[in-house]
Amino acid sequence: MSAHAHATDAVDHHDDHGHHHKETFVTKYIFSQDHKMISKQYLITGLFMGIIGIAMSILFRMQLAWPDHQFTIFEVLLGKWGEDGIMDPSVYLALVTIHGTIMVFFVLTAGLSGTFSNLLIPLQIGARDMASGFLNMISYWLFFISSVIMVLSLFVEAGPASAGWTVYPPLSALPQAIPGSGAGMTLWLASMAIFIASSLLGSLNYIVTVLNLRTKGMSMTRLPLTVWAFFVTAIIGVVSFPVLFSAALMLIMDRSFGTSFFLSDIYIAGEVLHNQGGSPVLFEHLFWFLGHPEVYIVILPAMGMVSEIMATNARKPIFGYRAMVASILAIAFLSTIVWGHHMFISGMNPFLGSVFTFTTLLIAIPSAVKSFNWITTIWRGNLQMNPAMLFSIGFVSTFITGGLTGIILGDSALDINVHDTYFVVAHFHLVMGISALYGLFAGVYHWFPKMFEGRMLNKNLGYVHFWVTVIGAYGVFFPMHFIGMAGLPRRYYTNTEFPYFDDLTDVNVVITIFAIITAAVQIVFLYNFIHSMFHGKKGPKNPWKSNTLEWTAEVKHIHGNWDGPIPHVYRWAYDYSKLNKDESDYVIPGQDYAPQHIPLQENEEEMHH
Amino acid sequence: MTAFLVVLVIILFGVAIWQMGKIFELSKTKEDNTSEVASDKDNNINGWLMLGFTIFTYALLAICFWKWGNVVLPEAASEHGSEIDTLMFVSMALIFVVGFFTLWLLGYFSFKFRGEKGKQATFFADNDKLEFIWTIIPVIVLAGLIIYGLFTWTDIMNVEEDEDTLIVELYAYQFDWRARYAGDDNTLGEANVRLIEGVNQLGVDASDPNAQDDVVVNELHLPVGRKVLFKMRSQDVLHSAYMPHFRAQMNCVPGMVTQFAFTPITTTEDMRLNDELAAKVKRINNIRRENSQALVAKGEDPLEPYTFDYMLLCNKICGNNHYNMQMKIVVETEEEFNAWMAEQAKLGDVLNPKEIAKN
Repeated sequence: MSAHAHATDAVDHHDDHGHHHKETFVTKYIFSQDHKMISKQYLITGLFMGIIGIAMSILFRMQLAWPDHQFTIFEVLLGKWGEDGIMDPSVYLALVTIHGTIMVFFVLTAGLSGTFSNLLIPLQIGARDMASGFLNMISYWLFFISSVIMVLSLFVEAGPASAGWTVYPPLSALPQAIPGSGAGMTLWLASMAIFIASSLLGSLNYIVTVLNLRTKGMSMTRLPLTVWAFFVTAIIGVVSFPVLFSAALMLIMDRSFGTSFFLSDIYIAGEVLHNQGGSPVLFEHLFWFLGHPEVYIVILPAMGMVSEIMATNARKPIFGYRAMVASILAIAFLSTIVWGHHMFISGMNPFLGSVFTFTTLLIAIPSAVKSFNWITTIWRGNLQMNPAMLFSIGFVSTFITGGLTGIILGDSALDINVHDTYFVVAHFHLVMGISALYGLFAGVYHWFPKMFEGRMLNKNLGYVHFWVTVIGAYGVFFPMHFIGMAGLPRRYYTNTEFPYFDDLTDVNVVITIFAIITAAVQIVFLYNFIHSMFHGKKGPKNPWKSNTLEWTAEVKHIHGNWDGPIPHVYRWAYDYSKLNKDESDYVIPGQDYAPQHIPLQENEEEMHH
Repeated sequence: MTAFLVVLVIILFGVAIWQMGKIFELSKTKEDNTSEVASDKDNNINGWLMLGFTIFTYALLAICFWKWGNVVLPEAASEHGSEIDTLMFVSMALIFVVGFFTLWLLGYFSFKFRGEKGKQATFFADNDKLEFIWTIIPVIVLAGLIIYGLFTWTDIMNVEEDEDTLIVELYAYQFDWRARYAGDDNTLGEANVRLIEGVNQLGVDASDPNAQDDVVVNELHLPVGRKVLFKMRSQDVLHSAYMPHFRAQMNCVPGMVTQFAFTPITTTEDMRLNDELAAKVKRINNIRRENSQALVAKGEDPLEPYTFDYMLLCNKICGNNHYNMQMKIVVETEEEFNAWMAEQAKLGDVLNPKEIAKN
């Protein structure tokens, strides 16, 4: 192909950047400033945290299914909180709290967006690295420190934070109220503050990189949807994470320095506290001002990757590229003005409830557009059922089933009776938990060769992983809607105190069995991941026959990504199965894709995207 | 029942294993096994499995409905509750229709267009008309839902107090509830946690004339057909007063008073006669009897048989005993209510016992 001939006239000072200086073990694997290594660091840290988070969920699911049963494993893992194999109520709450925190922030924010933003932004826009490799390194190491603190908090004497992942004060502010609000909560807040710093450094870097380092010809409208998603995600992060930081800071002040931002009129443990004039509702506002955009921070990167993977494997352009970009932007904008739907019954003015219902249901429109566009993308495609493609289809499935119940929860009148029940748990696990995890898996299967120098994950293990996971995930969360509609509140250590809920025991058993199966099959994935890292088969340079620039970069990781000059871009990322003018063959004869760095061919009609 | 469920899970799991086995078996053929990229065979198998998965999704939902459709809450016992239930039904119907079709399209397309070597995909990048259609349809449908929902919400939340409204304070603390009735004057006495002392558990201002006829109880009684306005307070952390059968919930926030109002329309007695609920209670008692047999075999006390009562639950994580923070609610006729009320001690008498002596 003539692409290289065209590209070589670019003057580039970094031509053979990687060959000049030898890297030591420390600069290569630990304090690396290379975006590819940092992305692997993010992924592996994220997976490690994910193992902890999922293991915790299995422990509390066992407690919920068999509350009267004694499990040796509780005693082994929980120590003094699992004496005689009986789980202590305080550790139950600690488990749900840390499970939520870890999964939302450490796995699905850092593990997902951190991994793939780092890996793909430079590679897909045609840059040698992030705008600032140093800040990028700092960002990862702050994330690492915050992970370490979070894990350490599990071992403090009174137990880790246990006021729920939303850490509403006064419960989270007063050690008298719950043991976990002592040192455990202090560590939680410290960990989160560092996490936010890490996330901000990362996000600023992503934004600057996307805006400034795009290769010649890579206009914003030619960006792959992945990069659009990462870019917009980073913007949401920059807008909303600082608000959580201020909330955390104020909570720290309330806890340790006697201020009253969130506390007022409290009588606890036999004495009246001096605090006067604060409001817990203020904390809820601040928390959800981040907390809601956070779920889009989690899901948007997954959406971007799914769009990219679907188009590649369907051998078709993504349907409605502009609409996809527009809906990412619309979702991002709306996501910052819907936080109040978590607070319909918090005591805030009911009029505000109306406003937030309105904005919340609006967000269903861009979401619907995206879903329809994905479905249209696979229509009349030539679907290559690689594991990444399966997970992408699975993503659309759970995004639909989980998203639709949002119509109920977003409606303030309906929220009254399902608020804080298992209906909510089922909803958000499907729509942002499971969906984002599928996005993460899709990304790992698809870009594994890019991360590990051409090695590929085993597809058969991938199929097993996928099918058991999708069946298990629905097996967990479909029945959960029903116990929610039976009025069962979440975060109950056991339901045995209410005979009224006795007939839900069966459902809980089924949910737990599915959860155990689903968690167990993740071991297949872990095995596949670790094994393929070292022994995976090496595939071709562009194994999925994809159009995006990362597949033109060197298979072997070199600093600077491209050995020669950076390729220029002449087209959008989705020229799959595009025919020439007289429709006699593909634009590149015999090849059903035209990568971005290939100039417009003779006999090809230009599309305006 | 449990045995059946276990069998069901095992069958579903078996199906999954069987499918996995099939994948393994078929993909182990020699020809195309050198690559980790999906072969035609993989496309074919996974295409079929996608179709099967869609059907599995429907089947799972059907099974859930069939097995557990009856665990959901019975018809609402409050006036506004039926509005919520209708809105819920409409939203659910919409969700099922949309979910059914979109999942079908997703599954069927995944199957129908499964890859094959040499097959040509259609280059179909844009279609303004299509996109307009599926933007405008959600806009219209959601506009309808939003308007419907907002009317219902405003109706429920805008409380119009009249003379007949019963004022009740719900007081939450770790880990129990108290209810304070406003008494004959229907005005609650002032209260603040700083006044909590001894028997004055709710911190009511003993010198406030309005407080004298207040009544504090630990079992909530409500007269049927009369609007109740709840004023919620919390003493320590956030709690949430959740009364699922009345479709009512409001957080209790330390430092402020929140409110929620509803009119109970079914007495506890009548509710116990509700077919749906009676069936549920019967099932619960069967389960409890089974469990009791196991307990007795171990030499422990059997479980009490269950009779239905309305309940107030805490639905906001509030500490270690969050799972057992409840209060019984009794809805009864006006006469029964008045008779019960007459038996309760007035707060003035409790807080200022000396004055009784003087009188």
